[in-house]
Amino acid sequence: MSSDAHATHAADGHHALADAPHGTLKGYLTGFGLAVVLTVIPFWLVMGNVLDNAVATGILIMVFAIVQIVVHMIYFLHLDAHSEGGWNMLALIFTVVLVVIGIVGSLWVMYHLDLNMMPGMMTGHPG
Amino acid sequence: MTTETALQTAGTPAFYVTEEEHPHSSTLLGFWIYIMSDTLIFAVLFATFGVLRDRYAGGPTPQEVLEIPTVALNTAMLLISSITCGFAMLEMVRNRKAATLFWLLVTGLFGAAFVGLELREFFGLVAEGAGPQRSAYLSAFFTLVGTHGTHVTIGIIWLITLMVQIARKGLIHENTRRLMCFSMFWHFLDVIWIGVFSVVYLLGVL
Repeated sequence: MSSDAHATHAADGHHALADAPHGTLKGYLTGFGLAVVLTVIPFWLVMGNVLDNAVATGILIMVFAIVQIVVHMIYFLHLDAHSEGGWNMLALIFTVVLVVIGIVGSLWVMYHLDLNMMPGMMTGHPG
Repeated sequence: MTTETALQTAGTPAFYVTEEEHPHSSTLLGFWIYIMSDTLIFAVLFATFGVLRDRYAGGPTPQEVLEIPTVALNTAMLLISSITCGFAMLEMVRNRKAATLFWLLVTGLFGAAFVGLELREFFGLVAEGAGPQRSAYLSAFFTLVGTHGTHVTIGIIWLITLMVQIARKGLIHENTRRLMCFSMFWHFLDVIWIGVFSVVYLLGVL
């Protein structure tokens, strides 16, 4: 079984190509369509001043961004739990954890540092 | 008696998963890990930008200097170049050299349009006194957006060298492997750009 698979892999000389996911035309077009919709809506929200509430608009923009990143990962980068024996997904999860800790942690710590600063302790920041 | 038949039907016992583990080419996995480490660089720059995004130092605010229509056009350029890169990959799988080269050329042109628009924006900002030295906000802005733009520029140089190699040697195994790495890199840049236009531009002018 496994020796057969190896034989065909060796024979065609394109084994990296045969193994790696490269998607289909339908997949690319689906991803592109979704990406266009997920890009146009946040731009429309901002340029058309659709919502009066800036906080709600901001949250919506971030939601659309995160959804679009997932769409790109699935349809353009062809990521699933099985690519490269699952190691791609493992590396991605590890990276996402680091990214979230880094960004959320920075914003959180620096925000509280600002709040706890006495006015006048920061030079060049009139307060 | 029964154990013998059981052994015969089971055949040679296998203690490892033949299909899942041991990818035949580790290049793509290695390149993916590079992309993940590049993501961390951008995460640091996003965190820096998030902290400094309202430190104007009396200088211009995003509402005054950012042009959303230009960014919309820029976003369209990069998204279109992403799908044309996908078309190039599909032609590569079908082993059609000319069509692959054509779509790679289209990808490069849209990428160049993106870099051109971004450079025009940067020169415009510097000309109106909103250069990176003006405020912490602008420093963070130029560092984050500029790092992404540098990546796209390097991607275009890589694309040109790949096109020359494909034109001279054809779609040989080495070139298809490189193309798959390039395609990953290019789509990754589009993913980073989603974060840039959402956080820097759209949230900036709110």
